[in-house]
Amino acid sequence: MAVHSYNSVKEKIIEHYLFVCALISIFVTISIVLVLFSETVSFFRDVSIIEFLTGTRWAPIYTPSYFGVLPLINGTLLIAAGSSIIALPVGLTSAIYLSEYANERTRGIVKPVIEVLAGIPTVVYGCFAVLFVTPIIRKLIPETDIFNAASACIVVGIMILPMVSSLSEDAIRSVPRTLREGAYALGATKYEVTTRVVLPSALSGILASFILAISRAVGETMAVTLAAGATPNITFNIFESIQTMTAYIVQVSLGDTPAGSIAYKSIFAIGMVLFLMTFGMNLVSQWIRSRYQEVYE
Amino acid sequence: MNHEEIEISVKNMNLWYADNHALKNINMDIPRRKITALIGPSGCGKTSFIRCINRMNDLIPTVRTEGEMLLNNENINHKDIDVVSLRKKVGMVFQKPNPFPSSIFENVAYGPRIHGEKNKQQLAQIVEESLKNAALWDEVRDRIDRSALSLSGGQQQRLCIARTLAVHPDIILLDEPCSALDPVSTSKIEDLMVKLKEHYTIIIVTHNMQQAARVSDYTAFFLHGELIEFDETKKLFKKPKEKSTEDYITGRFG
Amino acid sequence: MNLQQKRRRKDQLFAVVCFVSTIVSIVLLALLLCDIFIKGFSWLSWDFICSYPSRFPERAGIKSALWGSIWLILLTAALALPMGVSAAIYLEEYAPRSRLTKIIEINIFNLAGVPSVVYGILGLALFVRGLSLGKSLIAGALTLSLLILPIIIISTKEALGAVPESLREASYGLGASRWQTIRYQVLPSAMPWILTGNILALSRAIGETAPLIMIGALTFVAFTPQTPLDPFTAMPIQIFNWISRPQPEFADIASAAIIVLLLVLLTMNAAAIILRRKYQKKLQG
Repeated sequence: MAVHSYNSVKEKIIEHYLFVCALISIFVTISIVLVLFSETVSFFRDVSIIEFLTGTRWAPIYTPSYFGVLPLINGTLLIAAGSSIIALPVGLTSAIYLSEYANERTRGIVKPVIEVLAGIPTVVYGCFAVLFVTPIIRKLIPETDIFNAASACIVVGIMILPMVSSLSEDAIRSVPRTLREGAYALGATKYEVTTRVVLPSALSGILASFILAISRAVGETMAVTLAAGATPNITFNIFESIQTMTAYIVQVSLGDTPAGSIAYKSIFAIGMVLFLMTFGMNLVSQWIRSRYQEVYE
Repeated sequence: MNHEEIEISVKNMNLWYADNHALKNINMDIPRRKITALIGPSGCGKTSFIRCINRMNDLIPTVRTEGEMLLNNENINHKDIDVVSLRKKVGMVFQKPNPFPSSIFENVAYGPRIHGEKNKQQLAQIVEESLKNAALWDEVRDRIDRSALSLSGGQQQRLCIARTLAVHPDIILLDEPCSALDPVSTSKIEDLMVKLKEHYTIIIVTHNMQQAARVSDYTAFFLHGELIEFDETKKLFKKPKEKSTEDYITGRFG
Repeated sequence: MNLQQKRRRKDQLFAVVCFVSTIVSIVLLALLLCDIFIKGFSWLSWDFICSYPSRFPERAGIKSALWGSIWLILLTAALALPMGVSAAIYLEEYAPRSRLTKIIEINIFNLAGVPSVVYGILGLALFVRGLSLGKSLIAGALTLSLLILPIIIISTKEALGAVPESLREASYGLGASRWQTIRYQVLPSAMPWILTGNILALSRAIGETAPLIMIGALTFVAFTPQTPLDPFTAMPIQIFNWISRPQPEFADIASAAIIVLLLVLLTMNAAAIILRRKYQKKLQG
């Protein structure tokens, strides 16, 4: 191994180069904000912001066109809520199982399996929804549309489950053993120790993981594009076809949209809303973790 | 001690960890080619002090120092000092053996390499010499390319000493080098230190007073960041001048 | 039922619930894989891998998509890995604990959570239109690089942070400079985990669809790219295209393509694990 000797000029150059690389990340965020912002501003020259934020019909390409974003937000939140109902409880309870009940060997087998779920590309989940989940739902509930929110909710739920599971597990495992032992010594059952001592102590980490998972569901694209549909409408009926913000962006991109047209600019406006939502949720998640994190010596 | 016999001259040394005043006005002359032991209870500042000598405290961001430490009439506390060549002159062996995760040969060769030695034969010679001086050569000569992590705790610590010797320092600092070792390895290292003082100035921090009494020529007693007493070991242990020194060595506290 | 029995019953029920939810994930994964496998296996053949897509399912293949994906991954790796690892080295080894550093770290964490479509929009505006690279491989690779950059930085930082401080101290104690310590001790020590993290990030990139749709990856491509400026397609895009067609045979072909994609991912992950084990063995001698 040829080791080069100390040279303070070289040291400085290396340090500056590495610093520039670290700054690139700031550059990326600024680019995202600038790009979205400038086209969004241009969009709002042609479309009233009031209509955008309060209108209940989204039909930008047709004539007459409507630019109310609420149906898309409704679609996104519906998927986020539906998938959370599946993923949050199941993810949390399996995190509890892995940290409180399972032995080393079981953990060694189950954890990698859950990680595999996290590594499957989203387009594969979309296919799974279309080929497998939707037909089953339609068999059980015949009035379901071919494109429906329920199928997407189930599949996105499976997709974000590993995230909830592993982040919650980290939070639960970091609660020190002595806390648990104190409760067991008083004669509490495992259920009581877990629900009354461990979970409250790990709460900030668990909440942070929930928010991150929901944020992921909000940003999910391919599964909802394939399964949930392309009909923006405001509804709570998960057996109907809806459209999320992400699916709309994809829909427009698949078509031939001339640059500068309203439809083109609408991608940026929707993208801005999406970015603000997920960025905001991630900030909240970090804030929760830092503010409320119980520090154990 | 006359001027020729002083290796390091410490004048009004102060150290803060943020607001915590950890070393208070230390004044001390450390003798050349002798073993000086630093003793005192946990938290008294002896490790902080020893880390000043090779500027290892620079690695801790909240540290602030004042005062002079003269080595060859140069104040090593000065901010313009080239820390890299200082650490070539002042070597350090840590409390827990920390060999690099590479071969025994590579461990010892690392120091000379980073200071510019490229010649393969020279390196092999330096490695053999250093391992011999650290009383490890006979035990590892036929497995010098095997991982350093396969050695026992005591052997690893002697490897760390060999590693330090390979850059030809003048001073060797040892921070509780035997606290993680068994009695047999400890006595091997104590014997090694007595041999090494022929060529090097040795400063050792130790929790073990018997070790200080056995091995060192001079002893310094630290308490709450202050230097309470510094004298020839025989004198300090037989007839300590300060009451707190006497209390400590008779086991009344610490 | 007295209180004791009630408590015990609750306890047992809870244990069952937790166990079942853990099993649920595994069962669902098995169902998903079985279903895909059953549908697609019969369509998997050497011809499938070597043919171009076609209007006729019997003649369709994923050659162009496979090559497109391979090109994409190589270009993305070349762009993102050096930059991401360098940024991580700076943040973990050099950066002072200042406000700027904290802001950069929070920012990177948030970028990791930004939806991939938004990166697609960025790529469209910045690379396809802004730098006039058109709907090319390089535009796709640049976009994917931005997407996985935060992930690479975060996982490399973790790997570097796991190297014990005593190693650095030993190196500094011998008079090594900061870069010497990093290059000759810290990086080699952390390398197994850095490799694993990087390969996992790349396998995430290979499965991404939305950003490539935004860039304009084509869906009917009967050639393999020759230069980074060529138009291209990729496996996820092809899968998406096929599954959107009405004929049921295309659903089967899509399943076959999924099998190929999953095999590629499996190979990458296996390579990550093998490389990591090899490096770890080397370090432990």
